[in-house]
Amino acid sequence: MTSQPLLRVRDLETRFYADFGVVRAVDGVSFDVHPGETLGLVGESGSGKSVTAMSILRLVGSPGRIVAGSIELEGVDLLGLDAEEMRRVRGGQISTVFQNPMTALNPALRIGWQLDEAHLAHHRDGTKSAAREKAIEMLRSVGIAEAETRAESYPHEYSGGMRQRIVIAMGMMNNPKLIIADEPTTALDVTIQAQVIDLLKRLIADHDMALILITHNMGVVANMCDRVAVMYAGQIVEEAPVDKLFDDPRHPYTWALLRSLPSIETRGERLPAIPGFPPDMTNPPEGCRFRPRCPFAEDVCEEPPPLVMLDDGTKSRCWIAQRGETFADRDDRLLHRDKPA
Amino acid sequence: MSISDAGAPVDTGDGTSRALLQLTDVVKYFTVRQGLLAATHTVHAVDGITLNIFEGETLGVVGESGCGKSTLARVVVGLLRPDSGSVELGGTDIHAGDSDAASARRKLQMVFQDPAGSLNPRLSVLDSVAEPLHARGMRRTDDRVFEALDLVGLKAEYAHRLPHQLSGGQQQRACIARALISEARVVVHDEAVSALDISLQAQVLNLLRDLQDRLGLTYVFISHDLATVQTISTRIAVMYLGKVVELSPARRFHERPLHPYSVALRSAVPVPHPAVERARARILLRGDVPSPLAPPSGCRFNTRCPLAQDICREAEPPLTEHAPGQWAACHFAGRFDRTLSAIREQPHDGTAS
Repeated sequence: MTSQPLLRVRDLETRFYADFGVVRAVDGVSFDVHPGETLGLVGESGSGKSVTAMSILRLVGSPGRIVAGSIELEGVDLLGLDAEEMRRVRGGQISTVFQNPMTALNPALRIGWQLDEAHLAHHRDGTKSAAREKAIEMLRSVGIAEAETRAESYPHEYSGGMRQRIVIAMGMMNNPKLIIADEPTTALDVTIQAQVIDLLKRLIADHDMALILITHNMGVVANMCDRVAVMYAGQIVEEAPVDKLFDDPRHPYTWALLRSLPSIETRGERLPAIPGFPPDMTNPPEGCRFRPRCPFAEDVCEEPPPLVMLDDGTKSRCWIAQRGETFADRDDRLLHRDKPA
Repeated sequence: MSISDAGAPVDTGDGTSRALLQLTDVVKYFTVRQGLLAATHTVHAVDGITLNIFEGETLGVVGESGCGKSTLARVVVGLLRPDSGSVELGGTDIHAGDSDAASARRKLQMVFQDPAGSLNPRLSVLDSVAEPLHARGMRRTDDRVFEALDLVGLKAEYAHRLPHQLSGGQQQRACIARALISEARVVVHDEAVSALDISLQAQVLNLLRDLQDRLGLTYVFISHDLATVQTISTRIAVMYLGKVVELSPARRFHERPLHPYSVALRSAVPVPHPAVERARARILLRGDVPSPLAPPSGCRFNTRCPLAQDICREAEPPLTEHAPGQWAACHFAGRFDRTLSAIREQPHDGTAS
């Protein structure tokens, strides 16, 4: 990746000031997204992946606040923009696709109207007819047949998969450079999921857009991503090209996560499981945050490891990986198989 | 309608062959009214299902939303009464309404998808888990609750906590403890691990396997997630629009699924291997699942089936045995391998028809 990054996130910290304490949801996250690239942001619930996305869009609501860091889109720090400038970025250069298409669409308005609005909000001098022309074009490009007629339908007249296509069409209205998709296929049935994945991949390639794909589904990651950042307890613990990550994970969490996936090969056997539970983010563990659940933890792990680029180009936040050790060949019997905690 | 001996005793490969639970031609429709003055419509949720479930096995049920798998689960545990057909546990009709039926139903328990939603937020874990005993008029014996909590790996200190003080995985363990406390013999899991994170999913799946070994439980494991179903099941039933379209031993299902929908379903699941994902051609089904309000005539899959012929639109294929223990409802079951691989090669735009 020699190109200038499209998006450059540095040392991002987002906290939630709740009654029961301060939740350090995103705690020093840095990454780049290059033009045309698909970056997967994976992790379990509470790892901070969705809050990272909402921070980029500056949509973190009270009691949450971005307390540190920078988010540069083509060299412009989004954290320095005023509200009106930020509004133009959202739905303009950056657009979003969320998990549940029904909540992204207004149930009381025809979908054509909603698509027109996406155009008019970013073209002050735009006309209704120009907006509708664009809306029809976008509906066609996401595979809605008879787009002119179907634009007059309400969201409830569409199936779940079709609604997600419409949300994607809406995101495409202003030729964005970056799409942030948060679990875009999780709510869909598998045969529909396959259709939507296919559609997203085609649109990204045709329009040379970059995509941040937030998901917990490692199959979807393997299918769609060029590069993957794995998050655990508010931090990126590993970042690598997709093949590298799956073949030779350089963080014990990534290794354990990949081993614990149910698959046909594990039929009838116990699954290797990561022991314990994800940490309480009001009070994350001292030192390496994965240490209490890590089968390889040593004394050195009591010191918090930095995220460091290794010889093979992978970035890892693990002392053991940083002194050259790998995990791919480790015996997964080290993981919790015998008696669940 | 289904053949009456579908799922007749077969060797499941694990030496279990006695049918514990027998479903005979179970039908469950729902009546809905769309709009104020509109006519009523009938949702064909479960449309003639005959299945035998054997002692000690795990029957996986997969299908997409609207296929009737959750309705089937509720009929099996007695939460819904079928319109016709019967569910028998060890020969007792659980919907008969007498005391035998009531005691049979007690042996059928269910674990739901959303553990937070199935625990009373104001009751401690101790009280929630004790409820089935209470419902039977038993004097609450804390000892039995602690025994059940120990069984599912919840420490005694969690007994006095409220649901919101537990993680999702711990809540689901409490739900499993509650299902087991009244001496369940069959536990129906309806998307029981779907809401959990991957690392906790593996823990709970292992726990389910342990409990099955230790207590000799029989499971019906319902999920939309084929990978999970394939890991845990002895046999797999694939549902489509209220019907079982394939019923196969898990090993056979993995090696050679018989129904084109099973093949497509497997093909649609992305696997966690980037090189494999890039190399393979996927069978993309066109369009959406048709509405269960008006299922297509003939084979219900014909509108999306890449192989559909005239006969598929005219005659509904019965569920028949094509290989030992392997049943499918398709006019071309097992005869389409070559045709399907040809379809796989075709470029596909993935758009709806």
